[in-house]
Amino acid sequence: MYYRNIVIFLVLALFACFNYSFGQSKDDCLMCHEDKDLKGTKNGRTFSVFINAKKLSSSVHNDLDCIDCHLDLEGTDFPHADKVKKAQCLPCHEDVQTLYDEGIHGTAYKSGDKLAPNCQTCHGSHDIIKVNSPGSAVAPIKIPFLCGSCHREGAPVQVQRKIPENHILENYSESMHGDGLLKKGLSVAATCASCHSPHRILPHTDPRSTIAKNNIAATCTKCHMEIEAVHRKIIKGELWEKQAHVLPACVDCHQPHKVRSAFYEQGLADGDCLRCHNDVNLKAKSDGHSVFVDYEKLQGSIHVKIACSQCHSNVDQSKLRPCEGITAKVDCASCHAEVGDEYKTSTHGLLYAKNDKNAPFCSDCHGTHGVLGKANTKSPIFSPNIPQLCAKCHREGEQAAKMYTGSEKNIVNSYVESIHGKGLMKSGLTVTATCTDCHTAHHELPHTDSTSSVNKNNIAKTCGNCHYGIEEQFNQSVHSALVTKTEKPLPVCNTCHSAHQIRRTDIVGFRLEIMNTCGNCHNEIAKTYFDTYHGKVSQLGYSKTAKCFDCHGSHDILKVTDPKSHLSRQNILSTCQKCHQTATKQFAGYFTHATHHDPEKYPWLFWTFWGMTGLLIGTFIIAGAHTLLWIPRSLRYKRELKKRKEEKNISNNSNTDFKI
Amino acid sequence: MEVNKNIKMEVQRFTRLNRLLHILMIVSFLSLALTGLTLKFAYTKWAYILSHILGGFESTGFIHRFAAVIMLSVFIIHLIDLIRLKKKENKTFRQLIFGPDSMMFNKKDWLDFIGSLKWFLGKGDRPSYGRWTYWEKFDYFAVFWGIFVIGSTGLTLWFPEFFTRFIPGWVINVATIVHSDEALLATGFIFTVHFFNTHLRPEKFPMDIVIFSGRVGLEEFEIDRPDEYKKMVEKGELENYLVEPYQPIVIKAIKFFGWVALSIGFSIIIWIIYAMLFVYR
Repeated sequence: MYYRNIVIFLVLALFACFNYSFGQSKDDCLMCHEDKDLKGTKNGRTFSVFINAKKLSSSVHNDLDCIDCHLDLEGTDFPHADKVKKAQCLPCHEDVQTLYDEGIHGTAYKSGDKLAPNCQTCHGSHDIIKVNSPGSAVAPIKIPFLCGSCHREGAPVQVQRKIPENHILENYSESMHGDGLLKKGLSVAATCASCHSPHRILPHTDPRSTIAKNNIAATCTKCHMEIEAVHRKIIKGELWEKQAHVLPACVDCHQPHKVRSAFYEQGLADGDCLRCHNDVNLKAKSDGHSVFVDYEKLQGSIHVKIACSQCHSNVDQSKLRPCEGITAKVDCASCHAEVGDEYKTSTHGLLYAKNDKNAPFCSDCHGTHGVLGKANTKSPIFSPNIPQLCAKCHREGEQAAKMYTGSEKNIVNSYVESIHGKGLMKSGLTVTATCTDCHTAHHELPHTDSTSSVNKNNIAKTCGNCHYGIEEQFNQSVHSALVTKTEKPLPVCNTCHSAHQIRRTDIVGFRLEIMNTCGNCHNEIAKTYFDTYHGKVSQLGYSKTAKCFDCHGSHDILKVTDPKSHLSRQNILSTCQKCHQTATKQFAGYFTHATHHDPEKYPWLFWTFWGMTGLLIGTFIIAGAHTLLWIPRSLRYKRELKKRKEEKNISNNSNTDFKI
Repeated sequence: MEVNKNIKMEVQRFTRLNRLLHILMIVSFLSLALTGLTLKFAYTKWAYILSHILGGFESTGFIHRFAAVIMLSVFIIHLIDLIRLKKKENKTFRQLIFGPDSMMFNKKDWLDFIGSLKWFLGKGDRPSYGRWTYWEKFDYFAVFWGIFVIGSTGLTLWFPEFFTRFIPGWVINVATIVHSDEALLATGFIFTVHFFNTHLRPEKFPMDIVIFSGRVGLEEFEIDRPDEYKKMVEKGELENYLVEPYQPIVIKAIKFFGWVALSIGFSIIIWIIYAMLFVYR
């Protein structure tokens, strides 16, 4: 043995002559380190310093010399001192080294944490092979186990160091990522390093961390590049990058390590929030309003699966009170983007933007923690509850009613008495139109706005949502702007049916008022209607005679020249026969809008009227003159008779009895 | 004839049937007028209220038609009564129509008319009116004319579907005007001219109940109908017509009916004047 050592020394000495010209070659080192029994000591411990030349030759560092890494041994004599520094990756892997140094592993290592890993802990030493070759210690498939060696449940790191997550390895292996990697063998599935980065691992509270709230989206989208497309209903695409701070982070829904395809239970520790907010007496410092959260209510709400921080998205976990950062109201639009856009352009939203304190915000209608779906009977937006909801502001005397300057009066009570209100509230028909069916839920605008659902040009379509068949008829009628091109205002649904007082059309009130309604525009023709039997009876307050729409139709009014009109030559008889079953063709020749004031159109009526009037006047002139002449004479005659009678009485000596 | 000398005897002028027919005529006429005018003046608040009091347009329509049937019946019964009278008195139609007590106008009516005008103007004495005065005859024939004009147009309006099998539809419009304006003439005439001539002229004021009681005081009869009285006395028939007056209660009932009829009539006149002058359209 000693002999051999001498040989080695001589050889090395020989090499020493060319020391700087060809250095200490790998073979030089291996001369000793190939010995399986070679031992070194460090801190009193003895360990093998055997180097497997075969493994070394297949490693990525095969082309390097030992002293390329074991920098401190460069130029030293053989055999080198027992105390050898760790191999340095820095000269080659400077970038990685920097990252490592910044990371929690690096800083811990530097501060002497014995549990902190260094390069070799993960990568190994002389047997480092290419990452993408299956044998690598840091091959994706091995990473969970590699990290798990420290971060598995019960490992010293997990027990002794502050690691906020637990059951990391188990959760991961059951997660979608773990499932893909471990069970399906998908080497592209995310491993620990994919999210935490391989070298600069930082806690999520560090803003530089790949899993910091602001960065998590970028991290996940490394693989899930098209995730915006999948989430476009929830989160508007461009916001992912621009306003990551207001968005819920990926992990708010897809909890770390437990990532599955479905949503998960609240990740960000609702429990943490409730530690304070479970207190009934908890008040906000700013204005003293209660910030108590009724968790039971939340549990029954439609947002049961949504974590506190998903809505209260300014939560900052790096602070002692993570909620300190919350300054604004919950912006529902971060999930309900489309609804949010609608709201912003609605009257409610515009007023809210102007800081009108009466303007309703999401929570004013939908509630807060106990928010319920519209199908839930207890929800304020369950259709039978909507009128009450809107009435909170729009009832006479309330704020919205005071602001409103339009022509509609007593809106809420009118609605309740209307056919829709009765259908909804008395008959319990949940499909009946309520406020939001006409005004929309989130995009309500005054009728003067051209985009309003109740704008003149849109109202037929709005009503047609339910009354489709009617809309179809109306669109072909003379009253439709699609058919009649005119400067004059054309009627739309609410012109005849009103807006909030809509009644059954077969009740007396509607049947009587329709004449005035039609008469508003068709003034002359309505007047002549009142000259006929139908009109006169109607005027007395009876609904049973023919009204405008009984003959002309209601939604399907066409020009009388149109063969399809109810009043065309082909159809008029059957129209009359609706009431006058035995009517004949000649019967239909009756003038339903006759007037005796028009000698050109109705000469017969004109001349008959004046003939009769002449007769009347003539008779009265003669008889009247006769009577008028008679009156004074008769008065005198009466006095005369009285006088005569008195004279007679005197002459008859009070004997007034007539004797036979 | 046994006569109670303590009682003022009265002259029977109208038969029981005539009186009954006139009462029926009044009832039906007022019914027709009230219900018909609600339609004619449908644009007045009055018409609206009245129509509802009477039970609605279907009810007023029924009353109107029912009253029309009664009036037509009155008319027909009167014609039958005339034929019976003709048989009873063994007269020819000519004698019936142109006889001395006939309703037909004759020369005396013309002379009475002229005489009346002179009397009105103070240029002569009161004419010696007979059984029927000329204005009574005018009223009588006005009913004939009215029954014909209003009745025929009314039937057309009642059954328009049937009548338009024979006549064009626009005739219904014409019939409406004729029916309505002739009715206006009839009601206007009865409630002013007839009311005055018969009831309101000072010597009869406030009403003459002879058409209901059928009898009139002898003294009044002599003054009012001197010619008739004279003829009766000449023929010695006066005694045949003398009857006892009705009990006061009957007279009261008659007057009550008369007042009701008059009040309705005047109300209608006020309504017509109001409707024609102030709200006509």
